[in-house]
Amino acid sequence: MNKLYPSAAAALDGLLKDGMLIAAGGFGLCGIPERLLDAVRDSGVKDLTFASNNAGIDNEGIGKLLRTRQVRKMIASYVGENKEFERQFLAGELEVEFSPQGTLAERMRAGGAGIPGFYTRTGVGTQVAEGKEVKVFDGEDYILERGIFADLSLVKAWKADETGNLVFRKTARNFNLPAATCGKVCVVEVEEIVPKGSLDPDCIHLPGVYVQRMIVGAPYDKKIEFVTTRKREAA
Amino acid sequence: MTIHDHLAKGWTRDQMAARAARELQDGFYVNLGIGIPTLVANHVPEGIEVTLQSENGMLGIGPFPYEGEEDADLINAGKQTISELPHSAYFDSAASFAMIRGGHIDLTVLGAMEVAENGDIANWMIPGKMIKGMGGAMDLVAGVKKIIVVMEHVSKNGDPKFIPACTLPLTGRNVVDMIVTDLAVFQRPDHNAPFKLIELAPGVTKEDIRQKTTAQYIE
Repeated sequence: MNKLYPSAAAALDGLLKDGMLIAAGGFGLCGIPERLLDAVRDSGVKDLTFASNNAGIDNEGIGKLLRTRQVRKMIASYVGENKEFERQFLAGELEVEFSPQGTLAERMRAGGAGIPGFYTRTGVGTQVAEGKEVKVFDGEDYILERGIFADLSLVKAWKADETGNLVFRKTARNFNLPAATCGKVCVVEVEEIVPKGSLDPDCIHLPGVYVQRMIVGAPYDKKIEFVTTRKREAA
Repeated sequence: MTIHDHLAKGWTRDQMAARAARELQDGFYVNLGIGIPTLVANHVPEGIEVTLQSENGMLGIGPFPYEGEEDADLINAGKQTISELPHSAYFDSAASFAMIRGGHIDLTVLGAMEVAENGDIANWMIPGKMIKGMGGAMDLVAGVKKIIVVMEHVSKNGDPKFIPACTLPLTGRNVVDMIVTDLAVFQRPDHNAPFKLIELAPGVTKEDIRQKTTAQYIE
């Protein structure tokens, strides 16, 4: 079975519909599926709900789909550094569900693992707990959080073999792995496709069972939000 | 009082970080928040090895990279470029918060807008202002073994920040173990005990603390 598609538009063909829930990987601008997000924008699909740790920044990542008003709702843990997001949110044009970062990651992991809900201490006694079941285990309060079952997963990986076994690079793994597992269909963009047999089976981060479609997104011009460096000591 | 006298009283941001760093123990796995908590990394006591966790998926945070060696795939939770160490390890966000929620991280140091006498903390939103989100703060305070708050003793308006009950929306309920301010250190042995004033910054008196604290604590 061929999982490799010639373009992002081709890989998304037949998968997009108005009002759908998309789980997207990335942390800030690190490891965002930028080619696929661009193709979602170009498709014109609207009323989207995104489960994603962040909403990109102005004109990067999901930020591009905010500008075109294709996003109805964000499920995210942090949405700073994004003026258009702020404007739409304050104007009541965009719905936001804040989910603590670890809870959001676990909601994706749980959804991907067929677990509809789980109890966590995170958020007990806070606004996050409002409207949620509280259960006492061994004398401690926990709240019920729901797994995320997305219509589509959009993910960025470093390398894939032809069967969709994935390897991520450094901290670009982040939400890409749990997001990949929780969609009915997972589309992945990678920097490089390598032949079967060239990835060490002991070092696969995400097995190809989770991956239905892939594109090669290279070349990438990866963005950095905050460049921080130190000076070399004189020799 | 001269400006010099004013500066001499209490701890600087770096001294607050150094005080928090004295709580580090050899072999600790530690998560540091943004701001003054980040400075704690510069004050790890000699002979002690700690491993820093970044909640976006890394253990063993190295220093900022040399100019020209920045890597967009290697950032900390503040989205700054960092470097790796020989013992660094990468993992996904679900695994990262599994180790936080599961109690495998020994210590976290974070900032706060308010801490209450019962250990409640508020540090993620101010009603009426743009809400950016809690990020990983709620997970950290709920899951890490020991929670140290580093904050100014009073707000910019001079209002106490260690108070009877938080007025801002909570980040966590009954979670704080220690408070390091620019004036003093408070600690409690467990989450049923009241906070105790255990240390005063240079030039600060117990009376100064009484005047700038509305929370109940043991002297």
